[in-house]
Amino acid sequence: MAGENVKHLTDAEFEEYVLKADLPSLVDFWAPWCGPCKAIGPVIEELAGEYSGKVQITKMNVDDNPTTPGKYSIRAIPTLILFKGGEIVDQVTGAVGKTQLTAMLNKVA
Amino acid sequence: MANIDYQLIILGGGPAGLTAGLYAARDRLNVLLVEKGVVGGQVLVTDWIDNYPGFPDGVSGSDLIEKMAAQTSRFGLQTKNGNVVKVELSATKKKLTLESGEELTSQALIICTGARPNKLGIPGEEKFTGKGVSYCATCDGPFFRNQEIVVVGGGDTAIQEADFLTKFASKVTVIHRRDSLRATKVLQEKAFANERIEFIWNSQVVAIEGEKEVERIKVRNIADEEKEIAVSGIFILIGTIPNNEVLPLEQLGSDKHGFIKTDQEMRTRVPGVMAAGDIRSKHVRQVINGAGEGAVAAIAAEHYLSGLD
Repeated sequence: MAGENVKHLTDAEFEEYVLKADLPSLVDFWAPWCGPCKAIGPVIEELAGEYSGKVQITKMNVDDNPTTPGKYSIRAIPTLILFKGGEIVDQVTGAVGKTQLTAMLNKVA
Repeated sequence: MANIDYQLIILGGGPAGLTAGLYAARDRLNVLLVEKGVVGGQVLVTDWIDNYPGFPDGVSGSDLIEKMAAQTSRFGLQTKNGNVVKVELSATKKKLTLESGEELTSQALIICTGARPNKLGIPGEEKFTGKGVSYCATCDGPFFRNQEIVVVGGGDTAIQEADFLTKFASKVTVIHRRDSLRATKVLQEKAFANERIEFIWNSQVVAIEGEKEVERIKVRNIADEEKEIAVSGIFILIGTIPNNEVLPLEQLGSDKHGFIKTDQEMRTRVPGVMAAGDIRSKHVRQVINGAGEGAVAAIAAEHYLSGLD
């Protein structure tokens, strides 16, 4: 159910959907081969349900979309970046828990 | 004991904590597992595990954890996500305070907070973490396709991951401060046979440099000769340090590195407090003995609790 709230982004959509958006966005940069990324997947889905209408919760597969991760010098995943008004508000790397992500999202929600 | 929330709290959800949770839940204890991130611990960053019995073809770290977690769920283990900032221990009551201010109390406690990768503590290491400096080959390896990288270390993790990294990197140079490896022989043989792996012996990395990302490192050998190597990535795999920051070490008893001392039943010197897994003072840090210690600690907790009745 909650999974339907997570938008899967492409490089082509990034600017329009994240940088120019009215709502803040959390982007989870991930890849299918990454164990920790897989582990936080369910947390991301839960957050998407809880922050629906307040923060856009999105994921970007770095294998399929190399441009955006390159632009933000991402060489470790999972990296989660919180954007608001086209700017980075906060950023975290690693299999962080729901509590920490909630604290991060509450800065903009 | 009306003012105590749980019979048992397990602090940390790696293989030791999950196994302790499995045993305790099957024993129908009123038990809670507290984890600050997601369950799994260091196993999550392990690409492939070939030495956990029952998986003849090996298993990925994340799959193994998923199976362990599913097994605890089957018996109704309750888990809570929260960052513990304070641990207070007395013979009759164990109290954990979370970052949110919430307090959790129990009669018995099993500490499974584990360990995390050690750092070199050299210039550039912190600045470039996530930008070429990595402690996790399986998470970050694919960012270094067709690039030249180095691995620092000579133990099992360093040598296994150096081999793994040759799937992506054009060349992996292992830099080790001694003239031989500590890693298991099978891993050594594989690494020595791998044409993409080179070794620099008797040497240490002394600096990591670059503009926005890692571009080169400085290496010094035991003859005090220094040279620069152009690399885009450096994987630092030099053992672990204990996650003990919130633990009352003096009360619990620890070795000089800060790992918790226990007896062979995983009991610390505080009544009703056990420790299991990588946080324990010991020589061998494998998934198999982490899990085994979790089982022993849960049984010790059951014995302790039944003595309270």
